[in-house]
Amino acid sequence: MTGLILRRLGIGLITVLAVSIIIFFGTKILPGDAAQIRLGQQATPENVAAFREKLGLDKPYWQQYLGWLSNFLRGDLGISLASDVPITELIADRYKNTVIVSCLTALIGVPISLMLGIMAAMFPGSLYDRVLTFISVSLVAAPEFFTATLLVLLFVFALDIGNAVVVGSTEGKGFFELISHFALPIATLSFVIASQLIRMSRAAVLNVMSSPYIEMAILKGVPRGRIIFRHALLNAIGPIVNVVALNLAYLVTGVIVVEVYFAYPGLATLIVQGVQSRDFVLIQGLGMIFCLTYVILMLIADIAAFASNPRLRHPK
Amino acid sequence: MTSSDTPVGAHPDMLGGIPDPEDTDYFVAPYDEGVSFDELPDSAPKERFRLSLTGWIGALIVTFWVLIALFGPFIAPWGENDLPFPDDYSEFQTPRAGAWLGTDVEDRDILSRIVYGAGRTIGISFAATVLAYVLGVVLGIGAAVSGPKVDMVMSRINDAFLSLPTIMLGLVVVAAVGSSIPVLICTAGLIYATVVFRLARALGQEIMVMDFVEAAKARGEGRWWIITREIWPNAAMPLITDFGLRLIYVILFISSLSFLGLGVQPPQADWGSMVRENLGALQYGESIIPVLAPAFAIATLTVAINLVVDDVSAQAGGRLSKRL
Repeated sequence: MTGLILRRLGIGLITVLAVSIIIFFGTKILPGDAAQIRLGQQATPENVAAFREKLGLDKPYWQQYLGWLSNFLRGDLGISLASDVPITELIADRYKNTVIVSCLTALIGVPISLMLGIMAAMFPGSLYDRVLTFISVSLVAAPEFFTATLLVLLFVFALDIGNAVVVGSTEGKGFFELISHFALPIATLSFVIASQLIRMSRAAVLNVMSSPYIEMAILKGVPRGRIIFRHALLNAIGPIVNVVALNLAYLVTGVIVVEVYFAYPGLATLIVQGVQSRDFVLIQGLGMIFCLTYVILMLIADIAAFASNPRLRHPK
Repeated sequence: MTSSDTPVGAHPDMLGGIPDPEDTDYFVAPYDEGVSFDELPDSAPKERFRLSLTGWIGALIVTFWVLIALFGPFIAPWGENDLPFPDDYSEFQTPRAGAWLGTDVEDRDILSRIVYGAGRTIGISFAATVLAYVLGVVLGIGAAVSGPKVDMVMSRINDAFLSLPTIMLGLVVVAAVGSSIPVLICTAGLIYATVVFRLARALGQEIMVMDFVEAAKARGEGRWWIITREIWPNAAMPLITDFGLRLIYVILFISSLSFLGLGVQPPQADWGSMVRENLGALQYGESIIPVLAPAFAIATLTVAINLVVDDVSAQAGGRLSKRL
């Protein structure tokens, strides 16, 4: 068991290294270099050369890569090309919004969707099940900004509650004030993950429900609710954790779109700005942060999948 | 042998069992002089799909958008950058005669821009998906039929790219080379080729160990013959179903990039970038149509494709979705 987990962690580490190589060298093929961009067009060639040396850009690529990686591990993300400010400083103001919205989405969206999905599995084929399946099938293929627009249409235009832009500071706000502050972004993201989660948690429970020991429980007359919660759910936890982690990983795209849509400052809008201004030091740093989060969540999904399955845990 | 337990596109040999001697069709055909030997063992059985009601609705909507994409410029009331009301400078005008969906942030007709955007959004996504398929299928089946070393190297490289969020890869590429339509097609094509690669490789490997491939090898058939006559007919159906699914993801990917301002560049109309351009209408609380209309267009297209794909894959036994 521990051996297998260590093996997965090892694979995860290799993945992270591969990711860092892709991001570093992906941004290295850019025309122009950091020194030239930082100093501007008027800089003399001597100045640029001196500055290149200072930034270490005259070294071979692999040395630059190792330097960048070790700096990243020590929390030094370099200095932004566009604004001449350390990346860590740029992030400091903004990471809170991104973290708050993602965490609140996970806290609110995940339990609700799991509950809906499990309820659908309790009454398969019922009207409730069919309506829910239809809605989740429709929403799963719709873009995030469509869901967001529907919510704005309902809450801002029809009901006249709130605003289509998230404005104001989060300073000193309590838990429920934060929820109402980010109500629309959280709702949008919750819908996005709900459509997947409902389908997949329903399928996970139904899958367990078709196994022989459940049939046995039904035959000996155990009530349906008890079967679901005592027998089926415990065995469906593994697949469900897997599904939850996967969907939180997919949130990466959703968070970027939602931050731009509701126009509040966050890490995602920062990286989009970075791409527009070709600030590749910023892209490298933030890209690594996003990809690391993604890889770690995928890893959790992977480990949860086999940690909960005795057959995978003890391979023959 | 009923049609319900026949895997779609399956090779008759694959179904196993001893041929029923009473089933005269099975034995008579090879001796029929009118039929050449070539057509027999490797032509897939003809299966007909019956779409359900939702499948029909989906197919109708997809057909509608494809027609708009193809003939849009001929039927659009205005050009994509024309101003329907040149004397009136206010943006986000409400719908009225001449501009049935109102006007956008630069006073252009929203309906015409959606019609023009259809061609661009669907065209780019379709081209990118085709590219992803050509690359993914060729490399994936190539990996499946070549030796374990080549296979491992290709798969590991592929896994590294698969472990990145697609939008991040898109952002890095756009940052590096800027955004234009060919760049978008190549980026989305390459990114989604990784997924197709994995699918095609898995299918290829699965089919490679089937008895009929062994039989073909034992007959002394070449690698090319095995790929085209044995593997392809059996891999085609799952791949076609997945093509629809992949098309949805590519449309969403391209639209998201355009929405972030990193995809199709203004003044060209594209559904994703239309949403972005007109966000101001929401933020000032003026009107919702300029944002809702393009977002709705994307949603109807992707949901409709999803309905068709769901229907087809349910009839194919849902084998594909279970396996991956």
